[in-house]
Amino acid sequence: MTTGLRLRCSGHNAKREGQDVKFASLYLALPAAILVIVASAIGSAHEPGLSRQSTASGVRHHHGHRISRWHEAPAGVRTLQAKIQYCYDCHGSSGRGYRGYYPMPRLAGQTTEYLENQLKAFVSHAREPHIAVAVSKVHGLSPEMQAALAAHFQDLNPQPYGNAPRNLVDAGKKIYEEGVPEDNVPACSACHGPDAKGHGPIPRLAGQLYPYTAKALVNWSAERGRNPSDTAAVMQRVAQSLNRSQTEAVAAYLSYLD
Amino acid sequence: MRLIRSTIAILAIVSASASLAGEVGTVSYGAIFANKNCAWCHGPSLQGFATAPRLAGQKPQYLMIQLHSFRDHTRDNPLSQDYMWGAAANHLSYETARELAAYVASLDTKAANNGHRVLIAVGHTLYREGSPATNIPACVACHGPNAEGFGEIPRLGGLSYHYLKRRLGEWGEGYHLTAAAPMPEVASKLSPDEIDALASYLSFVN
Repeated sequence: MTTGLRLRCSGHNAKREGQDVKFASLYLALPAAILVIVASAIGSAHEPGLSRQSTASGVRHHHGHRISRWHEAPAGVRTLQAKIQYCYDCHGSSGRGYRGYYPMPRLAGQTTEYLENQLKAFVSHAREPHIAVAVSKVHGLSPEMQAALAAHFQDLNPQPYGNAPRNLVDAGKKIYEEGVPEDNVPACSACHGPDAKGHGPIPRLAGQLYPYTAKALVNWSAERGRNPSDTAAVMQRVAQSLNRSQTEAVAAYLSYLD
Repeated sequence: MRLIRSTIAILAIVSASASLAGEVGTVSYGAIFANKNCAWCHGPSLQGFATAPRLAGQKPQYLMIQLHSFRDHTRDNPLSQDYMWGAAANHLSYETARELAAYVASLDTKAANNGHRVLIAVGHTLYREGSPATNIPACVACHGPNAEGFGEIPRLGGLSYHYLKRRLGEWGEGYHLTAAAPMPEVASKLSPDEIDALASYLSFVN
């Protein structure tokens, strides 16, 4: 038999035994609810009122719910966090990459030197992909922000994007590890590493989006190859020597690499 | 001569009526279903009507995902709740839904052209460049240079200004699509003026 507060479920003619447990938990729920409401009121006491200000001015939303401690973080941290999320918006959660109308490449686990080199090249227009995105503006970042972002992405390790034709993977693995000797194509692993994780200015390829890698190789002379300061000039000959099916095989293999 | 002429005439009539029968016989199930269950609200040829958006010419994969998200109640904005959660199309088999989506995607489209013309230029710039200073990504990266969409990413070109404005605002208010959809995060950063400009520009894109 319960003592104290007893709440009735409306419309129910419930048996006493079954209801005792329910009423006991309701009795606890009410003060708990009051505590939660008071706590969240305190937490949001300093929140600016509008729901649609930009993140730069301090209100942060995650799926419509306010993150109440956002305003307490130092301005520099908030700016970096907001910028990281901005990168994720196109490049996928944790920089995994995302296949929109354009394939936005994986950034996760990329070498800091390579990332910073590319960001500089976008800003200076030295790297100018032939797509309708205003790439130099979108990547308009200060050198400090470039370095901070590169450091952030280097440590991330989400699942590889995959989503490539599985039947090409074996052929791609062979090309990656052995090259194509009859066409004087060296093994990719020689520079990019046996695990395709790269080092220094040589980029990580593991887990990269299949259409992105394929497009980069096929378009090399028209895009990357036009940048005289790009250390990737070495890729020009490789890209030209691989035929379409070899390119697609390597790209497919890489998309599944962890 | 008369016999030959009348034979030719008879043959012509027979073949014409045979091909006519073939036309009627090949109206797809998708067309029948759409006309019976969707056109009432979404307009003849699914061009959109009042608050119901144009479905014609939409990406088929996007359409199928919306049907599931109505069924599963993950797409939870008010008008979806009221009108679409109980829709007949939500419970089709995969194959039938695919047929319906393919039919709808194949329909001709007309741009709504009902946004504010003065905002087209601003909206176009925002669409192409986003706003890096306020961390708004460039819509073009996912939705394409003509807002044509890709795969499960919807076509936005030519949709009604009022519909786009409402949807962009709703994400900022915390409504959802599927679990993985990036739009709530992306759109929550847009200011009312930016939403107005984007919705205006897109309503004119053909």
